[in-house]
Amino acid sequence: MAKGVRPRVKVPKSADAGEVIVIKTLISHKMESGQRKDSDGNVIPRSIINRFTCDFNGQNVVDVKMEPAISTNPYFEFEAQVPEAGEFKFTWYDDDGDVYEDAKAVAVG
Amino acid sequence: MKFNAMTAMAALMLAVPGVALGGPDDDTLIINGETEMTTKAPLPAHMEEANMDMIMSGWHFRSDETQALEMDDFDNPGMIFVDIGQEQWDTVEGTEGNSCASCHEGAESMAGVRAVYPKWDEKAGEVQTLAMQINDCRESNMGAEPYGYTSGQMANMEALIALQSRGMPVNVAIDGPAQETWEKGKELYYTRTGQLELSCANCHEDSYGMMIRADHLSQGQINGFPTYRLKNARLNTVHGRFKGCVRDTRAETFKPGSDDFVALELYVASRGNGLSVEGPSVRN
Repeated sequence: MAKGVRPRVKVPKSADAGEVIVIKTLISHKMESGQRKDSDGNVIPRSIINRFTCDFNGQNVVDVKMEPAISTNPYFEFEAQVPEAGEFKFTWYDDDGDVYEDAKAVAVG
Repeated sequence: MKFNAMTAMAALMLAVPGVALGGPDDDTLIINGETEMTTKAPLPAHMEEANMDMIMSGWHFRSDETQALEMDDFDNPGMIFVDIGQEQWDTVEGTEGNSCASCHEGAESMAGVRAVYPKWDEKAGEVQTLAMQINDCRESNMGAEPYGYTSGQMANMEALIALQSRGMPVNVAIDGPAQETWEKGKELYYTRTGQLELSCANCHEDSYGMMIRADHLSQGQINGFPTYRLKNARLNTVHGRFKGCVRDTRAETFKPGSDDFVALELYVASRGNGLSVEGPSVRN
């Protein structure tokens, strides 16, 4: 398991039905590109978050494929419409097979 | 003709807004929508002869986008390192079986500490920076290896401690036993170094608000340290920054943690007496 990886999410606790809210997400991750070499000249193996998804009550909101040029601690901010009360589920997929998850409930009204 | 020229000049002056390219703005820094920071303050008494009107946080010299990053803790990448600092705070290390928390309990107990450092340490008989105090604690009370002076772990710990003083005014003592060190720091501040023959004052007192090639010159205040810099995506310590600055004058730099940089840190900190502690701040 990669070290120091911790997902964070900021979602409003409540919204009006049909309101568009701003969601901010960040995961601390070193995002090693696989292009760098250590002091002995050996390639440092690639280790990145390669996919990020957000779902609301089982319906997909965003699904992002990520590449090695993305810098450390990737941050995503996006808007989502909240049709009803429910839960946003966030998932990050690591190169090493680890999956990090977080979830936030949103009340309506 | 003379009248026309004067009218034209007056019109020109009206047309140019008060803020010059690279100059400070008049925005207000409120963090998380609740903590209002003092980012402009009157000159501390000891700076009466300085070539400036007021002291200003480096925050004013940055673009709106960079400024916004510091206005919300979720957006401030420096807070990631505060979290890591908190883990370090709670981790038992060394031969004594202690963590920081063993003696100091919660990190909140550090409120007010950042604001008064560097300060005179009676027992050590010298002016100590926060970094020196952290390492002193690690060695004496934990029996642990000291952090590298400008290392990531040191920066994390400084960020955690600085955060506890957020919004409090910087208030370092420059009289009494600290005065000698302070005088030395002042001397360094006004001494030209390197092939470019630049002193700190040449850029940060005489020319703040102007562009140095593509970058904005701030007053070189250190109230926001440790600082998350977008250019290297990590926290930067005061002495690391000093070193970079002196190197840019094309000089052989002092060593981080050296007596010279400790003296300079005390002096530069005293030039920010009255500004809020901002660390971890966000800069270019």
